[in-house]
Amino acid sequence: MEEKTISNSRRCYKQWLCFMVLFMSFSVIYVDAVWPMPQMISSSMARYTLNPREFIFQYSSGSSAQPGCSLLDSAFERYFPLIFTDYRHNEWFRFPFTVVVHVERAECEGYPDADSSESYKLSVCSGQAALRAETVWGALRGLESFSQLVYQDDFGEYFVNETEIEDFPRFQFRGILLDTSRHYLPLHAILKTLDAMSYNKFNVFHWHIVDDPSFPYQSSTFPDLSSKGAFHPSTHVYTQIDVKRVIAHARLRGIRVLAEFDSPGHTQSWGKGQPGLLTPCYKGTVPSGTFGPVNPANSSSYKFMTHLFKEVTSVFPDSYVHLGGDEVDFTCWKSNPDVRGFMLKMGFGTDYTKLESYYMENMVNITKGLNKTAIVWQDVSCGPYLSLSVVEVWKGGCYLCEVRRVTKAGLRVVLASPWYLDQPGPTHDWARYYTVWPLAFKGTEQQKKLVIGGEVCMWGEYVDATNLSPRLWPRASAAGERLWSDEKMTSSVIDAFPRLVDFRCRLLRRGIQAEPLFVGHCRHEYQGI
Amino acid sequence: MFATLKFAALLLAVVVCWATQDYDYNDAEIDEEPTLGDSPYGSLWPLPQKVQISTVVFKLSGASFHIFDAKASSSGASCRLLQNAYRRYDEYIFTSSRKQGQNKSKKALASDMSELQVWITSADSECDSYPSVTSDESYKLSVDSPVAVLKAPKVWGALRGLETFSQLVYKDEYGAKSINRTDIHDFPRFAHRGLLLDTSRHFLPIKVILANLEAMAWNKFNVFHWHIVDDPSFPYLSRTFPQLSQHGAYHPYTHVYTPSDVKMIIEFARLRGIRVVPEFDTPGHTQSWGKGQKDLLTPCYSGASPSGSFGPVNPMLNTTYDFMSMFFKEVNTVFPDAYVHLGGDEVDFSCWKSNPDIQKFMEQQGFGTDYSKLESFYIQRLLDIVTTTNKGYMIWQEVFDNGVKLKSDTVVHVWMGNKVEEELQKVTEAGFTTILSAPWYLDYISYGQDWQKFYRAEPLSFKGTDAQKKLVIGGEACLWGEYVDATNLTPRLWPRASAVGERLWSDRDVRDLNDAYSRLAKHRCRMVQRGIPAEPLFTGYCAHEYKGV
Repeated sequence: MEEKTISNSRRCYKQWLCFMVLFMSFSVIYVDAVWPMPQMISSSMARYTLNPREFIFQYSSGSSAQPGCSLLDSAFERYFPLIFTDYRHNEWFRFPFTVVVHVERAECEGYPDADSSESYKLSVCSGQAALRAETVWGALRGLESFSQLVYQDDFGEYFVNETEIEDFPRFQFRGILLDTSRHYLPLHAILKTLDAMSYNKFNVFHWHIVDDPSFPYQSSTFPDLSSKGAFHPSTHVYTQIDVKRVIAHARLRGIRVLAEFDSPGHTQSWGKGQPGLLTPCYKGTVPSGTFGPVNPANSSSYKFMTHLFKEVTSVFPDSYVHLGGDEVDFTCWKSNPDVRGFMLKMGFGTDYTKLESYYMENMVNITKGLNKTAIVWQDVSCGPYLSLSVVEVWKGGCYLCEVRRVTKAGLRVVLASPWYLDQPGPTHDWARYYTVWPLAFKGTEQQKKLVIGGEVCMWGEYVDATNLSPRLWPRASAAGERLWSDEKMTSSVIDAFPRLVDFRCRLLRRGIQAEPLFVGHCRHEYQGI
Repeated sequence: MFATLKFAALLLAVVVCWATQDYDYNDAEIDEEPTLGDSPYGSLWPLPQKVQISTVVFKLSGASFHIFDAKASSSGASCRLLQNAYRRYDEYIFTSSRKQGQNKSKKALASDMSELQVWITSADSECDSYPSVTSDESYKLSVDSPVAVLKAPKVWGALRGLETFSQLVYKDEYGAKSINRTDIHDFPRFAHRGLLLDTSRHFLPIKVILANLEAMAWNKFNVFHWHIVDDPSFPYLSRTFPQLSQHGAYHPYTHVYTPSDVKMIIEFARLRGIRVVPEFDTPGHTQSWGKGQKDLLTPCYSGASPSGSFGPVNPMLNTTYDFMSMFFKEVNTVFPDAYVHLGGDEVDFSCWKSNPDIQKFMEQQGFGTDYSKLESFYIQRLLDIVTTTNKGYMIWQEVFDNGVKLKSDTVVHVWMGNKVEEELQKVTEAGFTTILSAPWYLDYISYGQDWQKFYRAEPLSFKGTDAQKKLVIGGEACLWGEYVDATNLTPRLWPRASAVGERLWSDRDVRDLNDAYSRLAKHRCRMVQRGIPAEPLFTGYCAHEYKGV
């Protein structure tokens, strides 16, 4: 533990002394265990005892959010048992403690979005906690931080130390991608992941909902897509009610749900329920019976997409929609005489990337017409039509070169390359995800501002409900801190390690199946199998 | 589906198909990557030695089907082990599908299968004994209407046969439980099919151990190698030396295995035909022992003064051996298995070298500066102690490599990844029985389908005589605990350990990857349905996905 990394205030030295005393006298949990690290935090030795029976959350009188604010009311309900993990009746001690919450703008029924402020100020002093935030989303982040400040001693008493926090995210977009096509993830696995995301201050659930292997999204406009394209038409689908539930669960935790309907590639499963959508591949002069990407030469393809995305954008309230656009294989297009004819007609010559761009341009225009911001994988070649879109950089190698290139073109970037967590590697590699410096490329201030965030990807080839949680946590937590916290304050793996060890035990205590970082133990081990 | 069957002739040559079997083997091209087709052996895992599956299908009626003792069986209602197993397998076969209230008055149809008779053929069923390395696990299973018969000389074979029977049952397209007419004659290729779990680097709650014993039984594993203590913690609560866990465990109450915990695990394992072989590794890997047992470990020196840190067990003190002899006397009474694993791996000499008393002792003993002689000295005395308790012992390969004199029934555990074949050759040449773990360190993970790597490993590929090969009594999958605890143990273990399970049970020539892939994918879904979070092999789905989280 190094004092500089945990505080920027003059009280550093005093604080450090306090810690020494704490360690020597009680070997107590150290109190700055907030993960991800707040932008500014300082705390003192003085601590308050918390008694669950005398503990309340309260709206400040001047707060624009007041009782009845669904979002915060349910957050209070949620955080009480998270703070008092083994709530015991305790009649002897009475220590009233209030968390007073003040919110400037109450958007209690709204959805978090790209421009939502998540900043907050938390002050634990004179026997109470004051949490001030511009928005309810900031209040949620502050409640999370507060809950992490509370600790238990060996006798089960709860404490919180005097603490001052001023906090805001470094990046606006902090996402986790789950892939529900390669393996179907039961709803509870998704909801549980959303819970854990909120503990780590992630704010975007990128739902890679369909892909080649299966189409579990139950469309109301095109029900055949899932009835024929899902692994199973009734047990392996997400109904409209399921989707609503995911969105609602995410909203209550300040998490956006970004749906991805990847095309024109990665669409094998679409073809099963939508004949004519995919390009028939040819073997010589006859169709081979297999299919390739979406057929870009058919106007019916765009009609279909327009209808589908009309539905998608009405079901998913977020202002972004992910169009995919990655890994398009041209061999099938090349084999198809109609596609070749279309190429000729359009004057594309033999450059199939032009055909791909043509398709993507149409898709982007469809989403523009629906007032949504398109986000696409980096494979989509730049063109003026992308001007208001976001590019997600995912390929390995010099990914910062790509970030530089895309921002130079004036486009916004979400970085995923360094955070492909489905690759298990040696498991102690959390540091690999921690020592990522997203802005370490040569570029103007303007360019750096275009990097709006990053994303952890958990692709599904080898992942389903059986192993998702331990593979994701706490490795994703490393990325979580990188995306939220100040880079200078969190540059040391050695400093982060003990904090992350503590935090993973906290995740366990909250029922998240987070795997160990190394040899050791948690006071409360995971109780499932 | 059979059109896409990719199937190797190899497998056919070995797995004897006595009678009619009208599958299409035409499409016999073999890909590099396994493709998912249907195996003619359904979801059987590990594959029995001899299987004959006919196309005649019987229905199992949940209302009338029962597992019984055959009249002639030497085991009866008093055999708790079997009665327990009947109930367990009844539940597995009819998971949630047995309708309540359906009475038995409904007469079974002619094509129905109404019962499975279990017939223990030898006079002593061994119902109340513990399984051992010589236990007979063979069985014969004949599935025919209206009665299926499972014949086994001992209860151990009956347990294996019950598992096989449960794997033969499947749902037809209308959801009815079905089974094909089948004849199986089965026995294990290797007698020792083990799994090592490490409860020292991370404490594993009892529940996790029990769940994995259950999964071991589904994969016909028969040895739980319990690496119970090590440097980081000492969770074994010793009656003789309670201070060992009091001070050496992560927590003296929540992170220990009490005598009753240990008893429960041993009995749970016995009921599934699984031996529990505890490992108390010395003289290295003992940091946690030192916390509760003063003067047991060697004080390390920094120059002329003790540095405050400790090294391996102190081999020059008589008190060390007094302690060990009392301790292993307890171990002998607590763990019924005929073997105890004494470890002996990775002894670091630097602390011994730093200690002036040890240096003096080396001189007295005439060891010169060869510290491996000191190690041998220690091990030798330890082996003598354990021998007096009438236990056999297993040791890691270093002990053999260092030339320690070993009892003839010692099992040498080969774990080092380099020169595996050479080592097996040497050990068996010296006449020792051996088990192999080197290819099966499951705590190492990599992207993709690494089960194939574990599956391909062949324990008898080394050069040696038949007599030498017979000395290889099996192998163990090891899941060391540096990065593994209750949160990730089970999905990391299954179905990867299943690959090892088949290698150790099935015939040497059962190695067709496509066929294995097909059966293993189904086997893993079955494990998931039975409540074990076995991770996926690749993209795909199970009819019943994992419901936990």
